[in-house]
Amino acid sequence: MSLIDLQEPASPVPSRRLGLARSRLRGLVDVRRGGILLPFVALFIALSATSGPFLTKANLLNIVDQQASTLIPAAAATLVLVSGGIDLSIGAVYGLAGVTAAHLALVTNPVIAWVAGVGVGLLVGLVNGFVATVARINALIATLATSYVVSGISSLATGGNIITDFNRHSFNDLAGTSLFTVRTSTWVTLVVVVVLAFLLARSTLGRYMYAAGGNAEAARLAGVRVHKVQIIAFALSGTAAALGGVIDTSRVLSAQSSSGADLAFTVLAGVVVGGTSILGGVGSVWRSVVGVLFIALIGNGFDLLGLDPLYEQISLGVLLILAVGLDAWTRLRRA
Amino acid sequence: MHRVVPPAPHVELRGISKQFGGVRALRSVSLQIRAGTVHALVGENGAGKSTLGKVISGVLAPDSGEMQLSGTPVAFRSPRHALEHGVATIAQELAIVPELTAAENVFLGAEPRRAGYVRRRDLSERYHALCEHVGFAVPAHQLAGRLRTADQQKLEILRAVARDAALIIMDEPSAALTREETLHLHEAICSLRARGCTVVLVSHFLREVLELADAITVLRDGAVVRTSLASEESESTLIEAMLGRSLDGTFPPKSPPGADAPVRLAVEWLSAPGVRDATFAVRAGEIVGLAGLVGAGRSELVHAIVGARRAHAGSVAIDGRRATRRSPRRMLREGVVMIPESRKEQGLLLERSVAENTALSTLASLSRLGLVRAGRERKVVTEVLAKVAVRPARPEAPAGALSGGNQQKLLFARALLCQPAVLIADEPTRGVDVGARRSIYDLVVELAGQGLGVLLVSSDVEEVLGLSHRVLVMRGGEIVRELDGMVATEHEVLEAAFTARGVS
Ligand SMILES: Nc1ncnc2c1ncn2[C@@H]1O[C@H](COP(=O)(O)OP(=O)(O)OP(=O)(O)O)[C@@H](O)[C@H]1O
Ligand SMILES: [Mg+2]
Repeated sequence: MSLIDLQEPASPVPSRRLGLARSRLRGLVDVRRGGILLPFVALFIALSATSGPFLTKANLLNIVDQQASTLIPAAAATLVLVSGGIDLSIGAVYGLAGVTAAHLALVTNPVIAWVAGVGVGLLVGLVNGFVATVARINALIATLATSYVVSGISSLATGGNIITDFNRHSFNDLAGTSLFTVRTSTWVTLVVVVVLAFLLARSTLGRYMYAAGGNAEAARLAGVRVHKVQIIAFALSGTAAALGGVIDTSRVLSAQSSSGADLAFTVLAGVVVGGTSILGGVGSVWRSVVGVLFIALIGNGFDLLGLDPLYEQISLGVLLILAVGLDAWTRLRRA
Repeated sequence: MHRVVPPAPHVELRGISKQFGGVRALRSVSLQIRAGTVHALVGENGAGKSTLGKVISGVLAPDSGEMQLSGTPVAFRSPRHALEHGVATIAQELAIVPELTAAENVFLGAEPRRAGYVRRRDLSERYHALCEHVGFAVPAHQLAGRLRTADQQKLEILRAVARDAALIIMDEPSAALTREETLHLHEAICSLRARGCTVVLVSHFLREVLELADAITVLRDGAVVRTSLASEESESTLIEAMLGRSLDGTFPPKSPPGADAPVRLAVEWLSAPGVRDATFAVRAGEIVGLAGLVGAGRSELVHAIVGARRAHAGSVAIDGRRATRRSPRRMLREGVVMIPESRKEQGLLLERSVAENTALSTLASLSRLGLVRAGRERKVVTEVLAKVAVRPARPEAPAGALSGGNQQKLLFARALLCQPAVLIADEPTRGVDVGARRSIYDLVVELAGQGLGVLLVSSDVEEVLGLSHRVLVMRGGEIVRELDGMVATEHEVLEAAFTARGVS
């Protein structure tokens, strides 16, 4: 629950007890606020009831660990969406970071390889940020363009081959080591998610992100450096995408330029299903986490129950429409 | 003159209540609106006027109570449904499609068409006929998004008339209009009434209300205080009914600064898109009014001063320090704060909380190591909100849930937190009720008394004259005249605003 509490940065205690009870009630009724949590819990309970192996520590930890490379970029992508942008280059950056790290791991110390992989993402993120703000090119187009360029660079670097690091065992440490019976990749995910959630909900930078995405003109006139804030969001998104790529490369000890092709869409789907608005100014990191895990649970459920995976895609599509529709509907109601 | 009393009122409300969360916006409101009359709703900010209008026009469903239209019970499901019954509304926050032309906006959804294609010729012919009929002219082919607020509003009125609405609800239609445009609006309202149309008019301008309305309903805290004939009311009886107390004078007394007061804001030969060679100074303790017609370049000048609009020549100095490479952020640091003209487009984050909106410009001082100190923020925000009397005082509520006038006060609170050396207020009392207006005036005067320089932009000439020590009149992007605020008359201001470059 602690992640959820981050949502309300400054909710003062209502003076009367009646007021408190009322506002609690409203919180429950408000679809947008509770939003994804209810379906998530319902699905969780349903799966626990219908599938024996579902509610085991191994299965649950496995789900989270497999989602590491989605959760980390999703947390950062939330910041981009909230501040009024969108990042379609996540998958391409993920690929390039993996390739870079794997390539360097062949010749140098794994730590340098990891850092360089992540650094590449930071660099691409900064470029995205500048193009989308200072150069005033629509973020959708800007990041689509960089994603082509970045994928191209990855392909050039690998010559279309798979790089394998099977004889570099220490490179596996990032994803493979266990700490208190939980894998390091899961720990890294936890730390990144908590830090980003905190940043968005409690920091001045986070407030400025909401302002930039909610009403850029008002934010600018109120003295917010809108471009700077958005560039930071893009930079974090690039970095996070790269971290996801490096973690996965470390896990499987191989990398190829084409991995991560769908990642941008998977990440965005998770974020939007969570309830963060693609129109900016509304959303939070915990929502994206629940959104991503919700989609993962659906996948896991299909596996465990032995259903045709084709239906998984269909249900994901329907879910997306519902999530975006709900966002539009609540906005309309409020206006 | 004897009015024939029609058999059933056009609209009859019985026991209408509406609650938003904990806020009781309407408490068992009962009232009758006679057909073919102008019926005014007055009351403080947050009294429930807009909510009542929205209930009548189907935007909001009441929690309880019933409504009859010409004697038949109705329950509108949507504004569209209401429109089918001849009830149209012109909202406080305008709703136009910026990418369509003026004419297209007016006939949106009811375009003259043949086989699915809009017939442009018919469209513009009908548009011109309509303009002639109501007596305003808005350029037909101009994109609506490029029009001034005043013109956008006229579009909405035209739209309602084009839909053959028999009941038009106007929520503060004159709040954003200049005097001349207001007169046009009044003519339009009178001609609507002459055609048998019923107009529900929400306004904070009591004189306007007394002049136009046949009947007036006063609301306080969501309940009806009384409904009476306009001829039986006066400004002071209305104020007393609205506030539950009387006010001593509209404006606080003036105390101009001494002759030796230092210059706080000095603007020299400032030129920017829409502004030419503006030169003037504001001294400590001085309130300088900037008057002129809409489009005279007042907002443009103000934006150029704070760097929200790039200037191509000239200089701005604060307390003698020249401010180069200006941006709103740098100017805030220099001590210049601006309250923008349009609270919805340029002021607020409607989805975010009142507290967050208030603290936006001073967040850095309310945080440590980049983290917002929630407790301190709450304390500071609560204090300043109390000072400008924002109601309801719920810092955690979204800013979009505040009534229009309270949103304006919120922006004032934000500016106050910046502790500026120079305050630039662009239309600071637009949509603010008489009582709160007076408290904003008191605040402006108090701030000037503390040594701030105040630049006040307002379309309300009376307001400019009532507060300013000196009045600058703009026309066509230039400052054409400077008047002594202590002796200037409305006539002088208007003359300067209308006539060509004058030499004073
Ligand atoms: N969507 C909403 N959600 C929550 N509260 C609301 C909402 N709309 C209005 N209110 C509250 O209902 C009350 C009445 O608001 P309303 O907008 O009707 O006032 P008003 O008389 O039109 O004021 P103003 O003169 O400032 O426009 C206010 O306290 C306002 O905060
Ligand atoms: Mg209102």
